[in-house]
Amino acid sequence: MEKKKITIAATGLNNIDNPGPGVPFIRGVRESKEFDSRIIGLAYENLEPGIYMHNLIDKSYQIPYPSSGSDVLLRRIEYINKIEKIDVLIPNFDAELYTFMKSSDKLKEMGISTFLPTLEQFEERHKSVLPEFGKKYDIKVPGSKTIFSEREIPDLVNEYKYPMLVKGKYYDAYVAYTPEQVRMYMNKISSKWGLPIIIQEFVVGTEVNVVALGDGNGITIGAVPMRKQYITDKGKAWAGITLDDTNLLEITNKIISKTKWRGGMELEMIKTNEDDYYLIEINPRLPAWVYLSVGAGQNLPEALVKLALGEKVEPMTKYKNGTLFIRYSYDLICDISEFEKLTLNGEL
Amino acid sequence: MKINKKIAVSESGFVFDSSTGDSFSVNPLGIEIIGMVRDNKTEDDIRKILSEKYEVSVPVLEKSLSDFIGSLRSAKIIED
Repeated sequence: MEKKKITIAATGLNNIDNPGPGVPFIRGVRESKEFDSRIIGLAYENLEPGIYMHNLIDKSYQIPYPSSGSDVLLRRIEYINKIEKIDVLIPNFDAELYTFMKSSDKLKEMGISTFLPTLEQFEERHKSVLPEFGKKYDIKVPGSKTIFSEREIPDLVNEYKYPMLVKGKYYDAYVAYTPEQVRMYMNKISSKWGLPIIIQEFVVGTEVNVVALGDGNGITIGAVPMRKQYITDKGKAWAGITLDDTNLLEITNKIISKTKWRGGMELEMIKTNEDDYYLIEINPRLPAWVYLSVGAGQNLPEALVKLALGEKVEPMTKYKNGTLFIRYSYDLICDISEFEKLTLNGEL
Repeated sequence: MKINKKIAVSESGFVFDSSTGDSFSVNPLGIEIIGMVRDNKTEDDIRKILSEKYEVSVPVLEKSLSDFIGSLRSAKIIED
């Protein structure tokens, strides 16, 4: 079968110690048996490693941060699209999703397809409103509270016992054992990601995660559960293993079916010793460990691209449990002229 | 007692729980005991078989076997 030629643009090329999902997503697409893809990397910073991985990415462009405004970002995408004729664009950062979701019609007018959650889906799964999400969809979640000021810290003990989790709106989470630690982590997170801060009840158990893809009509196109085997000091998985956990898959199917989730997602859950499952976070995109799903038999990046193109995708229910991923670091050697080109022209 | 359905034991003694991702290693005697549990033998049956097969005093065998079965239970490799 002749492969279909398409051009895919993706962000999240920061394959660093806190990696974005762009590079693993692209690896999945590169292994597609159906697509012969030209890959366009969209980078915010000029040292995102993916830019220099020429075996994976055909051409990279710098794009402005979403904080510059959606008009500025769209103008840049329009410029890139005139050259590259992008078929599908896959954003991979939580912080940029809102802008891309709001701009999906304008992107469509340019001929660029996306496959993103709806604004309602995106908003209702925020960490700050997770208790309401749990209530609405009958999913167990830990108690949580949003705080805006240090003055609210002393009263936290009236609601939750220490330790507590201190989380940023988009990124970062720390376990705090004392009010002083809550204050310290609150300042650390807010200086980076702003307010509010989410205080979450600490549930004792093992963290388990699921990477999944919903078709927007309530069908789970694919889902692979994983347990982190080795965690970095940033709390990121450096190694993980696929699990044979039917309860986790049932919860995933329930969430996708009830919310009619559209696009990639990562569920972060705690499994207690009593085999109860608590949902602690929903990330509204494929995670950085998505290549494990490809290795275990479900090419979710390829399926996401097909959904974006409006193609029918049959649900994948099988995967190989006991499949491991182990990350590694690798030094790319680049000539200064490449860095120069990207820095001066914004493209490489 | 029986082996948890999600447990796989290789010939080399690598024990893998596919529901949790936990893995363990056991020595040849451990493989033999797990094999006996798989064959629906009770703890008393296993004690009897081992005492006939190996030169070991009853107190040592009882304590060692009970410790090992306890470890298998706490690792959820076997369940009642």
